[in-house]
Amino acid sequence: MRYLPKSPAERKQMLAVVGSKSIDELFSSVPEQYRLKKALNLPGPLSEAEIIQYFKARAAENSLGYTSFLGAGVYNHLRSVITDTIIQRGEFLTSYTPYQAEITQGTLQSIFEFQTLMCQLTGQEVANASMYDGSTAATEAVLMAERLTSRSRVLVARSVHPEYRAVLKTYAKNSGLSVEEVPISADGTVDTKALQSSLKEDVAAVLVQSPNFLGAIEPIADLANIAHKVGALLVATVTEAVSLGVVNPPAEADIVAMEGQSFGLAPSYGGPYVGVIASREKFVRQMPGRLVGQTTDSNGRRGFVLTLATREQHIRREKATSNICTNQALCALAATVHLCLLGKEGLREMAHQNLSKARFALAELEKIPGVRRAFDAPFFNEFTIELPRSVKLVNAQLLREKIIGPFVLGTAYPELTKHALVCVTETITRVEIEKFAGALRSTLEQPV
Amino acid sequence: MTEHFKKASQHVNQNERLIFETSSPGKRAFELPPLDVPAADAAKILGRYHRLEGVSDFPEVSEIEVLRHFTRLSTWNYAIDLGMYPLGSCTMKYNPRVNEFVARLEGIATEHPYQPQELSQGCLKIIKLLEDCLLEITGMDSITLQPAAGAQGELTGLLLIRAYLQKRGNPRKKVLIPDSAHGTNPATAVIAGYQVENIKSESHGQIDVEKLRDLITEDVAALMITNPSTLGIFEPRITEIADILHHKGALLYMDGANMNALTGITRPGDMGVDVMHLNLHKTFSTPHGGGGPGAGPVAMKKILEPFRPTPVLIEKDAGRLCLDSNRPESIGRVKAFAGNFGVLVRALAYILAYGPGIRQATEDAVLNATYIRKNLEGVYDLPYSLPSMHEVVFSDARQKQNGVNTMDIAKRLIDYGFHPYTTAFPLIVPGALMIEPTESESKEECDLFIDAMKSIAEEAATNPQLVKTAPHTTRIGRLDEVGAARKPILRWKQAPARSEAAD
Repeated sequence: MRYLPKSPAERKQMLAVVGSKSIDELFSSVPEQYRLKKALNLPGPLSEAEIIQYFKARAAENSLGYTSFLGAGVYNHLRSVITDTIIQRGEFLTSYTPYQAEITQGTLQSIFEFQTLMCQLTGQEVANASMYDGSTAATEAVLMAERLTSRSRVLVARSVHPEYRAVLKTYAKNSGLSVEEVPISADGTVDTKALQSSLKEDVAAVLVQSPNFLGAIEPIADLANIAHKVGALLVATVTEAVSLGVVNPPAEADIVAMEGQSFGLAPSYGGPYVGVIASREKFVRQMPGRLVGQTTDSNGRRGFVLTLATREQHIRREKATSNICTNQALCALAATVHLCLLGKEGLREMAHQNLSKARFALAELEKIPGVRRAFDAPFFNEFTIELPRSVKLVNAQLLREKIIGPFVLGTAYPELTKHALVCVTETITRVEIEKFAGALRSTLEQPV
Repeated sequence: MTEHFKKASQHVNQNERLIFETSSPGKRAFELPPLDVPAADAAKILGRYHRLEGVSDFPEVSEIEVLRHFTRLSTWNYAIDLGMYPLGSCTMKYNPRVNEFVARLEGIATEHPYQPQELSQGCLKIIKLLEDCLLEITGMDSITLQPAAGAQGELTGLLLIRAYLQKRGNPRKKVLIPDSAHGTNPATAVIAGYQVENIKSESHGQIDVEKLRDLITEDVAALMITNPSTLGIFEPRITEIADILHHKGALLYMDGANMNALTGITRPGDMGVDVMHLNLHKTFSTPHGGGGPGAGPVAMKKILEPFRPTPVLIEKDAGRLCLDSNRPESIGRVKAFAGNFGVLVRALAYILAYGPGIRQATEDAVLNATYIRKNLEGVYDLPYSLPSMHEVVFSDARQKQNGVNTMDIAKRLIDYGFHPYTTAFPLIVPGALMIEPTESESKEECDLFIDAMKSIAEEAATNPQLVKTAPHTTRIGRLDEVGAARKPILRWKQAPARSEAAD
């Protein structure tokens, strides 16, 4: 087998050294009755060429050749070949968690840079070195708020990603947290009146998302003020991180839980992505996940180490701030490289292109009789439209034109029966937007 | 350098500042295609939400500078690609590059989790085939590939147990965890709403089965067992343990972190285990990447199937696959979307490369660990003498007599060209040296490692100071960790001359 570096003769020599007559003897501690008597029924072995062939065949059964207007938490953005070149270097790819600082300074320094970039983007003071994704970051941020306030009620805006809310519910169920939802107002943002009436002194955190799941940008500063009045913390989650190139960061929030997929990571059918928690310096000891800090060696040279590990499971066990161990380090590296490539101007330009293309798309769609913008609040690259008929049926028609239509909001919001969430990033061309608008127009012109 | 350093020699590497320190306004490394629609007036559209100044202090560098920056940083790392990485419990095996290639294919990496399922049959077939392979390997009845990593797999497993017991009337209060377990086990049990009861290992490092009998009451929901244990020793009484638990209505959870010792040899499902997780980044070779990403599938017996997290992969008419979220008894979602799909792709590619021959990988992994153990016995103290499987745990008891501890020996290994083993774990061995070579090491590499370990033992006896001050060959020496924790510096900041108030 090509991955195994031993000849039959070497195996024999090694067996002789350990004093075993056969390989089976090495497994003598496994009781005879549990040892498999026959080979596992697995496909293979396949050569490298056959493996590639298998996956190319599967790729051909997917959506190759379609143009997609889906976002809803996963975004298609331009990526540079440099990012993949770097993260495929074996020194990064095949290295472990940097517990041995002397021979992992590469990983450690890059994580320190990641933490810095995340702070700059979010307007926060400290950021950790990754959570699994945005959904678990949001959940862990709420649990962090629970520890910081010693309170156990959480208010979650209904405009937060439905799957993020679902993950929070799974975790909250056994943590003694009660989770209540706050409705959406007419302009698509969180209903502040309803929020204020639910807010009492027993609320640990208010969780909002901006831009929210319907595309609307939330008034983070106002929401923070409202939460702070009763001593609750505002937790803001960001699923479309490119927005931070042109939209003000949630600096007034107490904890930010962000999904970093937009920064150089492929959609990859749902993962792996990279979650981040950023917060205030005074809250750092309640933060989950790894942190890298700057220090010096005995000669005064600058170096980096994993730090504040007494928060973590391998030290604190049942008293840890989280059970997270393996995180998304390589995805965090990809985001770091990607952001260094984009730089200040590149990020601003990318964000601005998203803003421009989404506005253009909305204008084109609004020209179609019966199509209207559903919410008035400002948006970034996603917006909600209302159609005169079922979005599911419309999308089925669009597929014939090789267009994957917008997200069907009715599946997550029963009251939004004819609403669709349209996402337009910089990867979509004007021609594709016009083709989409044209296809939608002719679909709606057909009799039902 | 002396003749001892057979594997390593020193060479020059480049210094490199933080990327922010190399930044200079106006440089850029990325250009977008020109905007083909009218430019939006951001200030007008966004009003008070407009980030007028952009992101303050964000780097401004050119493409070659970015490439060199990260290439230089990479040369400061040790990696499996450079040599043996014997970190016990972490299973640092070869990461085949074809796996990286297929995970990046157009039509695989490009797929959106919300695209229509009729346009996702390729992705779903990959998930299905991996599910089938992992069920065959574990001998279990049902599986979820949702969890993002081992610790999330543990949580999923305990929530399944909780849901099952709840349905029978009482979720119970406690989870039993041996003192040799990974730290994630107790941390996870707390999140699942259970109290942790630590159980002491008996004198051979195994579960004290007689004591266990007394500990299991109607309050106990489950026992979390790691098999082989973190000492690398197989628990032969596992079925008896399962019977004791089942008799009292509790379930057996197995931490599958050490599955690299069992794959193709025996199956947890045949030994009474009710639910277990696998670490695809360990046994199934997906790259550790400096700490992740991973994937932590959870395999289970039939009784737990109704509670699987959503969505669940189901087969409809004519072999059409689909993700189903309508599962009334489900524990709910543990993660957005359909799991770390890109990691699943790599794990399947790994399994396909071996097929049934995956047993040979297990055999070689155990052979390597046993070979190293045999050669270092007598040089280092072996606190537990039962036969070990894929890893071996020594202690620093002998070297400590000269004031040299496991961390010193580990740091000295760096000078010899190796990554250190795992230090100070498991907790039941004071001064542990936990060595897991994996199947990916040749006899020659194992011999070099053995030579290095013997040489360090000799140095510890004759020149302990040399070992205690190691490493001597790295770009930086041992770092001030106490200082780092006391006054944490967790981000770069622009020197005070310029204001960063705008950020």
